[in-house]
Amino acid sequence: MSLLNVQNLAKRYGSVIALRSADLTVEPGEIHALLGANGAGKSTLVKILTGVIGPDSGTITLAGKPLAVGSPAGARLAGLASVFQDPALVPDLTVRENMKLTGTSMDGVESSLRGMDLSVDPDELVGDLPLAMLRMIDLSRALSHDPQLLLLDEITAALPSDLAERVLTVARELRDRGRSVLFVSHRLAEVTLLCDRATVLRDGGAVGTLKPSAGGEERIVELMMGESQDAIADEIAQAEETAHAEEGDAGRPADGDAGPPALKVSGLRLTEGSPDGVDFEVRSGEIVGVAALDAQGQEELFNLLAGLQRIRDGHVERLGKPIRPRDPYDAIKEGMVLVPSDRLLALLPDRPIRENIAAPLYSHIKRWGPFNARREAGKVDDAIARLQIDTRARRQARRLSGGNQQKLTIARWLAAGFDVLLCFDPTRGIDVGTKRQIYALLRELAGAGAAVLLFTSELTEIQLVCDRVVVLHDGRISDRLPGSEANEARLLRSAHGLVEAGAVP
Amino acid sequence: MSAAGHVAGAPAPSRAFKLRRAVSRQAWTLGVVAILVVLLIIEANVAPLFTSFDVQSLVISGMPLAFAAMAQSVVVLSRGIDLSVGSVMALTNVIAAQLMQDQKTLGSALLISALVLVIGVAIGTLNGLAVVFSRVPDIVVTLALSFVWAGVALIVLPTPGGGSPTSFQELSTASDLWEWIPNGLLILAGVYLVVWVPLRSRRIGLAMYAVGSDATAAGLSGVQVGRTRILAYTFGGLFAAFGGLALTSTTGIGSPLSGEFYTLTSVAAVVIGGVSLAGGKGGLLGPIIAAFILSAAVTVLVFAGVDANYGQVIQGALIVLMVMFGGLLLRRRG
Amino acid sequence: MSVAARAEDAPPRTSDRFKAFIVDQPLVLLGAILVLLVIACTIKKPSYFSGDQAGAVLRYAAPLAIMAAGQTIALLTRGIDLSMGATATAAAYVMASNASDGTVRAIALGLGVGLAVGLANGIGVGIFLVQPLIMTLGMAGIVTGLLTVRASGNRLGGTNVPSIVRDVGGESLVGFVPNSLILWTAVSVVLILALRGSGFGRMLYAYGNNPTAMRMAGMRAWQLLLATYVLSGLLAAVSGILLAGLINAADLGLADSLLLPSVAAAVIGGTSIFGGIGTYSGTIMGALILTVLDSLLTLLNVDDAYRQIIYGLIILALVTLYAQVQRRA
Repeated sequence: MSLLNVQNLAKRYGSVIALRSADLTVEPGEIHALLGANGAGKSTLVKILTGVIGPDSGTITLAGKPLAVGSPAGARLAGLASVFQDPALVPDLTVRENMKLTGTSMDGVESSLRGMDLSVDPDELVGDLPLAMLRMIDLSRALSHDPQLLLLDEITAALPSDLAERVLTVARELRDRGRSVLFVSHRLAEVTLLCDRATVLRDGGAVGTLKPSAGGEERIVELMMGESQDAIADEIAQAEETAHAEEGDAGRPADGDAGPPALKVSGLRLTEGSPDGVDFEVRSGEIVGVAALDAQGQEELFNLLAGLQRIRDGHVERLGKPIRPRDPYDAIKEGMVLVPSDRLLALLPDRPIRENIAAPLYSHIKRWGPFNARREAGKVDDAIARLQIDTRARRQARRLSGGNQQKLTIARWLAAGFDVLLCFDPTRGIDVGTKRQIYALLRELAGAGAAVLLFTSELTEIQLVCDRVVVLHDGRISDRLPGSEANEARLLRSAHGLVEAGAVP
Repeated sequence: MSAAGHVAGAPAPSRAFKLRRAVSRQAWTLGVVAILVVLLIIEANVAPLFTSFDVQSLVISGMPLAFAAMAQSVVVLSRGIDLSVGSVMALTNVIAAQLMQDQKTLGSALLISALVLVIGVAIGTLNGLAVVFSRVPDIVVTLALSFVWAGVALIVLPTPGGGSPTSFQELSTASDLWEWIPNGLLILAGVYLVVWVPLRSRRIGLAMYAVGSDATAAGLSGVQVGRTRILAYTFGGLFAAFGGLALTSTTGIGSPLSGEFYTLTSVAAVVIGGVSLAGGKGGLLGPIIAAFILSAAVTVLVFAGVDANYGQVIQGALIVLMVMFGGLLLRRRG
Repeated sequence: MSVAARAEDAPPRTSDRFKAFIVDQPLVLLGAILVLLVIACTIKKPSYFSGDQAGAVLRYAAPLAIMAAGQTIALLTRGIDLSMGATATAAAYVMASNASDGTVRAIALGLGVGLAVGLANGIGVGIFLVQPLIMTLGMAGIVTGLLTVRASGNRLGGTNVPSIVRDVGGESLVGFVPNSLILWTAVSVVLILALRGSGFGRMLYAYGNNPTAMRMAGMRAWQLLLATYVLSGLLAAVSGILLAGLINAADLGLADSLLLPSVAAAVIGGTSIFGGIGTYSGTIMGALILTVLDSLLTLLNVDDAYRQIIYGLIILALVTLYAQVQRRA
């Protein structure tokens, strides 16, 4: 008998169908992956399983018994424990108090942690602990309840690799004891390594269940999108060619391009502790990639350039002119704009798409008077067209899919105009189809003369888009290389600080 | 990079570290206590004669506000706000005064007090139910309800009146234990220790903090968010009823309009007392002390020769200044 | 988390469409409520449905609506201005006590009070990052206190309200159309146009919806917040002066009874406490509804105490209805 049996699960929000008719079966003693692009229904399915929301129709049985709906406590009692990307821990209470809140034994959690070679002071405030540690605590809490089925939702995202390893080990141990794990993830490599079977969701229904195998990621991607990953690279290359054709090859910088670089950074110290600063430059027409593991200073780098943090040591120059942005307004005035990874930071969720795109136009007090609606419409339409934004959900930006929302954050800068585009992990948590559109757009923008600084946490994608790559490790640049050489192996080594810095290009 | 916390084998935090950490977490409360002490010292110097009577006056004027502050704090901790605190105080005040006016003994007064407390709990629960089930922001709901409760107070007692037995009044005005510790202070301390302290380390209290700190995480942790928020308002009603009883005891009568002042001032006491309006941070002790600071500040200035009418100005200015600079000092709060 | 909209989605349910309609066209619902209230009044007193009565309603609604205008702006930026009552009273008092030295100067001084309080609020909220609730509360205390000190010994009823103020506040030039309507209309037109068609209006909505995003888009918040509270301070002053003209007195408690209804009017009219959503046309409807509600309660000879209770319950009912509908759409 299957451990978990989900049949014909359906859920709609108003007129939007989140789940059409989803089926899922998890056997006892297996690690089962749940995959799907954004908007495929993964998160809705997970919410129903964990009792956060109730389905419109369909059945769920766990260990033969129907699962209580709409109650996280009920789900846990039935033997389903879950760990989410955002730990279910309250920041203003201590770890001990959090455990008390849920009736979990602190000792049990501590011994679980010890089993993973970790420990924590129970009287620390949760808000003072780093995210990675909180995930591990959350995981330990789930484990201490000895669940039949452990649901891990994107738990390895943004987790340092040593901890990610421990998570995978724990999952395997659970399986070997006859329990099961439902593993939701975007990381196909992990899935292939870890999981016994995988179910792929698309458009609110399950489209296939298969055994993931090394080298078989293609098949999974095909199921998720109906296309292969090579198509992505093709499309990017195609977009590049189109851009060249349109601009008459004015785009790519010749080596020895005359004139000062669009952006030059020298001696910029990223964190308090680093002894040196970073130096690099970005010329107009090129995409420079930043590769780094978690928290190596890339966030500080982008924040400093965008004016979100004050520069203490170091220099930044725009076209030869030294600048020192004190707030985002200053940076934007110098033509440097930021596309953050967290869309929630950049979007106006309840305002219509057009207002979102037009927002930066009126930031300055000069522009607070009556505005020219036609001029605005022109810029907005242009941005929408270039980005192919789906404008059906016109009224409120929060109704858009994740991918479209990310496009919005770029669109606003298209409308306002910029010279240097700082993209911080723009494709995090985005489905593959939209990713390719965004990368294609970046190439097009570079082709049109913009200078792009791109950080992405997906090392495999860097090579697809960037002309040059700098690798950050511990607040310093550990490697510089042309895009063509930036394969995952080399990047991983440099990101761990294992390669000597090359000559300044 | 390893996740800190630490890898097993690292030494456990030392006692000195734990002490320092505890102190820094209570920093705001300690600061507020210090301010009160300074104020009292100033008062002792500035007043022509500083006797136990002055301490008594301070307690009399500060006690109702202290209860109001407690009522507001417990709601704010769970990320709510209750703009009906004053009205509930006035309502419980007039009910008590009406019922007690022909009573002579302390016993009957206490019996009536118990009834009034139950009424307070009921009102608080109604407030909570309205806030949670209407899905309307609590500012608006409690604002509307403050009209309602104030109206009921006017029906119970259209003009100031009623009465209470002397023995009941002495519960706040006299000092039976030692002349420097008025009864009111003892009662305040009693309520705090008996009602709040056991609550805050149990699951109910933790749940209130959790809901205030991060309701989503709390919900995923299995906390019944709606029920917890309602409970916070229930306790708010309870403390407000204590406040109304305090008013009956300190003034001897009931007054239907007595509450207006307390609503807004209770919010002030909460903020000055270090409780974040966003919920989850702080305790009840800070706001209680802040209530006395607000009362003492006016007294001090009056002794120093300032026009008594400036009292309101001073309180307003105090609120504003403290938040301005408190905010700069402790970025994490609020 | 958002869910993608797909081309083959199911057709919307009728109840959803109805709710969407109410949210998109809130004025329709509010208009319906207003009409119902007027009908109720007319049933009770048939002469209610007349020009004179309409004029009276508008005359009494005007000061409330102008204060609610300032409240709307503050609410849009995720703030609130609880000092408007005190400011209005103070402005009226300052104007009235200086009236003998020249009307224009007196009015200017009154407006100056609004400007000063607004500046203080704006600096507190915008630069010192104090929460608007607290800052405006504190200012209310300071202003009321200062007023009490100034006024102690001065029986306020004795100060003059200049005749022109009385004319604008209380009189009508053309039939039953009150003069204050002209002022009110001017304010309304400017505000509605500003909210819809100016960069300032856009920034109010944008900031209210996501302050962090606007910071990243290059907006300097303190500028917006300063402007917001200066505006609300000025509008409070205008409201107070108008009210003094209407009732021909400038007592200490003059405008206190307008403060909470000003918040209620905005909220009933669809302005969200959380910021970023709301219109002045909705607020106008809210103000009218509250004023007519008040007359209905007077007509029903309802005792003051019961009136207050009913007032509170009806506001609660209206905002609950609104919240339930707004959520689903």
